[in-house]
Amino acid sequence: MRTNGRGGKIREILTRRELLNLLVRRDLQARYRDSFLGFLWTVIRPIIQFLMYFIVLGQFLRAAEGIDQFAIYLFSGLTLFTFFSDMVFGSTGSIIGNAGLVKKIYLPREIFPLASIGAAGFMFTVQLVVLLVAAVIFQALPEPVMMLWFFPSMFLVLVYGIGIGLLLAALNVYLRDIQYLTEVVMMLAMWASPIVYSWQMVVDAVARLSLPSWVLEIYAANPLTLAVLGFHKAFWGAGTPADYPPELGLRMLIAGVVGVVLLVIAQKVFTRLQGNFAQEL
Amino acid sequence: MEDSIPQPRPDIVRLDGVTKHFIVRKDNSLKDRIVHLGQLGRAHRADFVAVDDVTLTIEAGTTVGLLGANGSGKSTLLKLIGGIVSPTSGTVHTRGRMAALLELGAGFHPDLSGRENVYLNASILGLTRSQIDTQFDAIVAFSGIGDFIDTAVKFYSSGMYVRLAFAVAVHTDPDILLVDEVLAVGDEAFQRKCMERITQFREEGRTIILVSHSAQQVAELCDRGIVLSDGRVVYDGDTNEAIGALRDVLDGRRVGEAAPTDTMHPIQVKRIEILDGDGEATRAIDEGDPVVIRVHVDSLRRIERWEVGFSVDTPLGHMVLASNTEALNVRLAPIAGPTHVDLRIDEVHFGSGQYYINANAAGVSESSSHGLMQGAMLTVRTDNTTFGTVAASVSVTEAVDG
Repeated sequence: MRTNGRGGKIREILTRRELLNLLVRRDLQARYRDSFLGFLWTVIRPIIQFLMYFIVLGQFLRAAEGIDQFAIYLFSGLTLFTFFSDMVFGSTGSIIGNAGLVKKIYLPREIFPLASIGAAGFMFTVQLVVLLVAAVIFQALPEPVMMLWFFPSMFLVLVYGIGIGLLLAALNVYLRDIQYLTEVVMMLAMWASPIVYSWQMVVDAVARLSLPSWVLEIYAANPLTLAVLGFHKAFWGAGTPADYPPELGLRMLIAGVVGVVLLVIAQKVFTRLQGNFAQEL
Repeated sequence: MEDSIPQPRPDIVRLDGVTKHFIVRKDNSLKDRIVHLGQLGRAHRADFVAVDDVTLTIEAGTTVGLLGANGSGKSTLLKLIGGIVSPTSGTVHTRGRMAALLELGAGFHPDLSGRENVYLNASILGLTRSQIDTQFDAIVAFSGIGDFIDTAVKFYSSGMYVRLAFAVAVHTDPDILLVDEVLAVGDEAFQRKCMERITQFREEGRTIILVSHSAQQVAELCDRGIVLSDGRVVYDGDTNEAIGALRDVLDGRRVGEAAPTDTMHPIQVKRIEILDGDGEATRAIDEGDPVVIRVHVDSLRRIERWEVGFSVDTPLGHMVLASNTEALNVRLAPIAGPTHVDLRIDEVHFGSGQYYINANAAGVSESSSHGLMQGAMLTVRTDNTTFGTVAASVSVTEAVDG
């Protein structure tokens, strides 16, 4: 006998993975249906964004001068951040976007944020291929063993992306302000991570302004910052130890443990809130 | 339902003290919430109980009708069973695959083709890909969509859309089918198709839980009726009795006990009573029993010659039986005040179901008439296994040729 709305969620979602797969495909197919360039848009948008930062920040504002292989540095950070922001934005709107289904049919509701995350994952994969190809062409890749940093970075981004995504998806049903708030916070998050500037620049700025050292510690505690730094280690071979905070691995481990706790809490909150989704929509 | 299956069937749905509160907020933005935080917020919230402490079990293979006025909690109860909303307190247990026909085509994406939507929708309803592959042709055939299956559904007519959605829903092979007034949509041919399919589901021994406003539909399809009023179960049992109970709830009174009104017409039917063979007031009789329809009439002044008539209708308004004193060649004594006339039917050979009794009175010497529609309701019980409004025993003799 099944008790509605209790336990066994992960197993339930696993049994519905075919549906998850279809929902991801629906998201992607519907997004570019009837557009002339279709799936090319998944690449065009980030490349334009990349060019914009590369030219304006890198060349006009000379950020590129302090960073070797600035193009790869920028694109790797941007790729990871875009994945995170796609996950969070996609899942925040996912329950409301699927209101018709949520109100009428019983499904494990986690499936909707997860489907958005799946769609974000697809676009991320495409960009990752572009990044790899570019890194190979520019001969920017570090030695192969360094590329293992890819995995802890991905773990951090996924754990935080899913956790925050689930939480915001549920809250957004009750408070539509969440989606606007998310836009503002994500914009801040982008500039709060070493994507268009380097860790070295942050260290210099802290020293120049003679700020206490805990400011730097707080900056380095941001899981997104850690994930971006890990990604740099994996794809940007020009980095020196001065480009990364000390004990990056340990910091990532701590952030990972905190992230898992957050994910568990987010799932609990989601389960609790989802009982009233149908009438709140 | 009686003794066709000897051993008790397993419970497929079990609700235990299920209560559902809704909190309706008048504010829905962060600013409003913060402004109205705490005590002030109470004024911006209205709490209402949609389903109040409902405990019931549904056995596998039964067809249950949920009846009730608008806002009585029928749909909420169905959503609770379907797991679409979770109860505030109490528990809901269900077993088996459930298909909810709460809305046809929920989850259809307008930009995707019919084929893609069939896969998506069937998957939402719980089929695996290989199951959909085997059912796909049957779904398309049932829907009658034909070559349009590869067209985006946004170009479909609303009829095609609904047909395709229904085709998917009925091919999902559910153990429990939840039906919420979806049968009210579509043209007549489509509705008939829906009904046939639901009847077929029923014959296959699946459990169906149906919300309907149509007493006739419930009477035709269901083994058991549950009547809700303000979120509470007020009746649970035999379908025909349930329809009677629903009538009481809707009228907010007991049938035949209308508040006495002043006599306005020169001659007026005040109320109708139903008596059994022993002269006791009754609401339900067995087929073949006598019944007396007592028509209470009042007049403002003395009328020398007058007539009384009655008719018996089905809930759909088809006349089953009617007569009047003129046709019966009975001359009534002059009327000058409150009186009553008894019309006796010696043997009631109606099919099982609900019947409304109407009566009218007319002055002959003084042109005036008044009728009381649906003044009483009569439930007829029968052991016959025939259908329709006439009860008769039917037997079969097979030809023994050669």
